[in-house]
Amino acid sequence: MTDAAAPTEADAPDDTTPAVPEPETMHGCPVTWSRGQKVLHVGGADYAKVLGALQAEGFHTCIDLCAVDYLTYEADRGLPPGVEPARFEVVLHLIDHGMGGHGVRRLRVRVQVPADDPTLPTLFSLYPGTEAMEREAFDMVGITFTGHPDPNRILMPEDWAGHPLRKDYASGRIPVQFKATTDAR
Amino acid sequence: MSSDAAITDPGTADAHDLEHRTDEGGQGMTSAAVLGAAEALRERGAVLRMSEAEAEAPAEEAAADEDQTMIINMGPQHPSTHGVLRLMLELDGETVLRTKPVIGYLHTGMERTAEDLSYLQGCTNVTRMDYASPLFNELAFSLTVEQLLGIDIPERATWIRMLMTELNRISSHLLFLATNGMDIGAVSMMIYGWREREEVLRFFEKVTGLRMNHNYIRVGGVAADLPPGWRDDVLRLLDLLPPRLEEYDILMTGQPIWRDRLQGVGMITAEECLALGVTGPILRSTGYAWDLRRNEPYLAYDQVDFDVVVGSYGDCFDRFAIRLNEIRESMRIVRQCLEQMPKGPYRIQDKKVTPPPRARIDESMEALIHHFKIFTEGFKVPEGEAYVPVESPRGELGCYIVSDGSSKPYRMHVRGPSFVNLQSLPHMMHGGFIADAVAVISSVDPIMGEVDR
Repeated sequence: MTDAAAPTEADAPDDTTPAVPEPETMHGCPVTWSRGQKVLHVGGADYAKVLGALQAEGFHTCIDLCAVDYLTYEADRGLPPGVEPARFEVVLHLIDHGMGGHGVRRLRVRVQVPADDPTLPTLFSLYPGTEAMEREAFDMVGITFTGHPDPNRILMPEDWAGHPLRKDYASGRIPVQFKATTDAR
Repeated sequence: MSSDAAITDPGTADAHDLEHRTDEGGQGMTSAAVLGAAEALRERGAVLRMSEAEAEAPAEEAAADEDQTMIINMGPQHPSTHGVLRLMLELDGETVLRTKPVIGYLHTGMERTAEDLSYLQGCTNVTRMDYASPLFNELAFSLTVEQLLGIDIPERATWIRMLMTELNRISSHLLFLATNGMDIGAVSMMIYGWREREEVLRFFEKVTGLRMNHNYIRVGGVAADLPPGWRDDVLRLLDLLPPRLEEYDILMTGQPIWRDRLQGVGMITAEECLALGVTGPILRSTGYAWDLRRNEPYLAYDQVDFDVVVGSYGDCFDRFAIRLNEIRESMRIVRQCLEQMPKGPYRIQDKKVTPPPRARIDESMEALIHHFKIFTEGFKVPEGEAYVPVESPRGELGCYIVSDGSSKPYRMHVRGPSFVNLQSLPHMMHGGFIADAVAVISSVDPIMGEVDR
């Protein structure tokens, strides 16, 4: 992420948060900047607590939740020092419409989820809109959200084996056999 | 599905890992008798309306008179479920108690496919997600990749993108008017809506070569410049549409049967929309003026003049009226695009991103090399991640891309507005009549290609 450092520092003061000399934190979690977008790195243990604090702070809508499998990722992941990289990552996009007059704020939350125990508490009671997205994250990448009211597959058939967006899930190919026509039509 | 399972053999993957908690039970709706309070909370959207303790009570009541209610299945082959949406409804007489959308019938693994396509090919994939407004998918994808690349596109490309996406918004809303009319019973409206949409698609065909799935907006600009005579074609559209919209007003907006059928049906509040992540015309129908074109301007929306249309009651009629009037606002923007369309290149002149024109290949060795590199390997995108949202006709369409520095996305996720908006269905349906269910589904305007991806 070294080459992203230049636009980061240029863009940071434009945002609503004042430029804080590093290391910048928010609710005790480290903040980084990616292409001018603010990213908060939350540990799995304080996930529910920090998200609750963020909601109280004004981030009223969870606009997106998805999971990424970093199994075969070899480049720099852009994690701040002190954040231990894990195989899975749950990425949330929160938004504060800023109708009070302080302007729109968007925040990306990246949560490291270890491979041996891919579970997180559900955000259903904080952000009911994550219900379908958490089901999708479970279905596609296999992150289990404890306390979810309806924890089953959403896109794949209910008896499907495996999680298709994991990097060790073999993507299929249908062999196409080309044949010369033997008889003239 | 068993034949598919054979094709996607887990192969080298750890079998134990793959089977980890795979069977989580059925996707259908469970009987009210075995409902827990948690499920009641979810089904009735009660997180916003009542506490868990209160949810316990109706769950017990429902268990007591279980034979009073009936669970019926609607879809996925129902003609008014807009493709392959399946709903399970629990009815008490004619009143809908609970609704559960069951989706996935159109799932084609497009996010996985994207990981195997280069950034140049990526547009051909995403354009098939929301097939009623394909240009918005291409736009969100291209803007995200451009942000990762850190490039600025030429001004003319920006304005062409705006012109084309606003025309696409018109065609998408016309499609909504057509299907909404058909769902409610104004069958003639279906013919009119498709007819006018075809006029827009004819222009798209002239510009992009295709009526749908254009692959027109690409990373670095657009695929081709506007053809000669495009101005006259757009002006013809702008002359043709207003009197037709007046006709729709006569046929539907002011018509008592139409209003009776939609007003007060499928109500939702702004608080519910925000909690559920619902965006677009559904959120605006509650009177909440949120439009990314206005609130977080992308492209050149800060240089054009338009109004954000909002409703006041959050019912099906407001959602219909908003889309009808957004067509008028889009026409205003299109007219301004005509006036302000700048001259210049339509695609970035960076040879690492844009393939050289065919004629250059014959005379320049360097052009040949670039051409070969772009079409075999593709251009490399610096490592990192970005999320860029745009305002599609259905709400916030976002694209999240993680790049590992290669020429293919490491992970691409599309935040489809229809996917999230579908969660508002149980809220809108609760307490309404089964006969209104079709009106409510129609007013959400889900495009299943985007829901299931």
